[in-house]
Amino acid sequence: MTTPSTATVRTGIRPISVGRRVKDRVVQVLICLAFVLALIPLASVLWMVVKNGMQRFDLEFLTHSMRNIGARDVGGGAYHAIIGTLQQVLLASLIAVPIGLLTAIYLVEYGNGGRLARTIGFFVDVMTGVPSVVSGLFVLAFWILVLGMPFSGFAGALALSILMMPVVVRSAEEMLRLVPRELREASYALGVPKWRTVVKVVLPTAFTGIATGVMLAVARVAGETAPLLLTVFFTDSINNDPFNGPQMGLPLYVFDQAGRPTDAAIDRAWSGALTLILIVMLLNLVARLIGWWRSPARKGS
Amino acid sequence: MVAVAREEGVLGTMAKQIEVSDLDAYYGSHKAIEGITMTIEPRSVTAFIGPSGCGKSTFLRTLNRMHEVIPGARVEGKVRLEDQDLYGPDVDPVSVRRTIGMVFQRPNPFPTMSIFDNVAAGLRLNGRVSRSELDGVVETSLKGANLWNEVKDRLNKPGAGLSGGQQQRLCIARAIAVRPEVLLMDEPCSALDPISTLAIEDLIAQLKKDYTIVIVTHNMQQAARVSDRTAFFNLAAQGRPGKLIEMDDTSKIFTNPAEKATEDYITGRFG
Ligand SMILES: Nc1ncnc2c1ncn2[C@@H]1O[C@H](COP(=O)(O)OP(=O)(O)O)[C@@H](O)[C@H]1O
Ligand SMILES: [Mg+2]
Repeated sequence: MTTPSTATVRTGIRPISVGRRVKDRVVQVLICLAFVLALIPLASVLWMVVKNGMQRFDLEFLTHSMRNIGARDVGGGAYHAIIGTLQQVLLASLIAVPIGLLTAIYLVEYGNGGRLARTIGFFVDVMTGVPSVVSGLFVLAFWILVLGMPFSGFAGALALSILMMPVVVRSAEEMLRLVPRELREASYALGVPKWRTVVKVVLPTAFTGIATGVMLAVARVAGETAPLLLTVFFTDSINNDPFNGPQMGLPLYVFDQAGRPTDAAIDRAWSGALTLILIVMLLNLVARLIGWWRSPARKGS
Repeated sequence: MVAVAREEGVLGTMAKQIEVSDLDAYYGSHKAIEGITMTIEPRSVTAFIGPSGCGKSTFLRTLNRMHEVIPGARVEGKVRLEDQDLYGPDVDPVSVRRTIGMVFQRPNPFPTMSIFDNVAAGLRLNGRVSRSELDGVVETSLKGANLWNEVKDRLNKPGAGLSGGQQQRLCIARAIAVRPEVLLMDEPCSALDPISTLAIEDLIAQLKKDYTIVIVTHNMQQAARVSDRTAFFNLAAQGRPGKLIEMDDTSKIFTNPAEKATEDYITGRFG
């Protein structure tokens, strides 16, 4: 047996040097600082919206439209905008999620990196870069001006779905690629055809991730103003039919109210912003709940 | 009850012999194995041994057309199950895999499914089966895989919650639940501890009464313990295709092999 000190010399195993300890500390502090720095704008935005939004965040706000509310009147609400946003986002999801998911399945499971797959991938990237106002302009030019369709919530949903699609494709693609090849092979080895393997093994395994991706896409488009401006137009009244006539949306509502010169309108704008944030948060919560409810961890407990 | 998978397959029933003639397998332009000819006897255990990278797994996967699921991979040559050419122009690879099951190196239970659903997966994913029928098949298969007693009280818990050895037996139960005629195993014990390995080896000895079993193994003692026939694969050099050096009764391969390379390998002089 040797004493520890001679063993240290002999094996070359040394304590951590002072220089490395210092560097470790410094980097740790820098990372914490960066974290706090990144948190400041987030926290201050949230705080501003909650503080200012609470002023008018009441039952009247949630259940009334702006119909017959004069320029200087207090009161009124965003019910028409909430309905509009929910319908527009739902319709946009109904269009974008199936197409986006099927595209991702094609890219991951069937494309094999072939020419078609690479072309699709390229155009998905291009779509990711389309400014939101351009998607609105496209729907305005094509759907409303060329085809002669009316301004409607559906036209807005079309514009939003153009923005949603690439986000859904990319996130679903990533999630599908995370499913290990072994699982697909296990299924093939049982004599299960490929399409059934995709539907029954791959998609359920990737479900939670895909749901999260879809929610991110929803959150991304729920706050879009520019495409709505050009496609759903404005209204102060409730319009329950997304296929006919101008509708409202929460981002539009905020934009509209914030531009009016009275305190009452500014308050309504803040409350509209708060409502929008709450809706997106609620949707996220629902996605997480579904994910948790389907997770093996829950079933195992 | 259990005849579902059998009768639907294009390949009839009864014990099956596999005959491979002059088979090459490629990954893209890389030829991984070359000129393999062999006969695999029914209701026996055939072991594949050889150094890493000589193409044992590749060859095994050509036997149930799993090789071609890898993009760019292809096969030349013939594999016959009795009189049927598995690579014939109108053979459905899906039905081949239903007839020739497979167990992988790493246990791979479906993570979203319970123990019961894992075993039932093959039947369920292949069509409608009644619950009572499933109950019967799941119990028989789990008993067949020596796992029933350990899991019978927690059939609806996730399969991923079992130990490695239990997961591998679950995968075996899943594979035999569709009543294949041949069972291919690619190093089924390499991720397991010695006790689980023994459990699987016992299981192989039992299963061979009903199935034709082919097992790839890195472990020479294991090949000697479980197999009736042994095939030794080797490759001339790194990057060259692997070849079948010789195949014979296991006792002969391990005591008196015909080829010098085989003797060198099993006595540990290389590989
Ligand atoms: N998915 C794959 N893609 C490309 N080459 C592969 C793939 N799998 C195996 N190979 C190559 O095929 C050869 C044989 O590999 P493998 O069959 O896994 O050998 P073994 O199972 O005997 O260790 C090796 O040269 C390996 O690099
Ligand atoms: Mg291998």
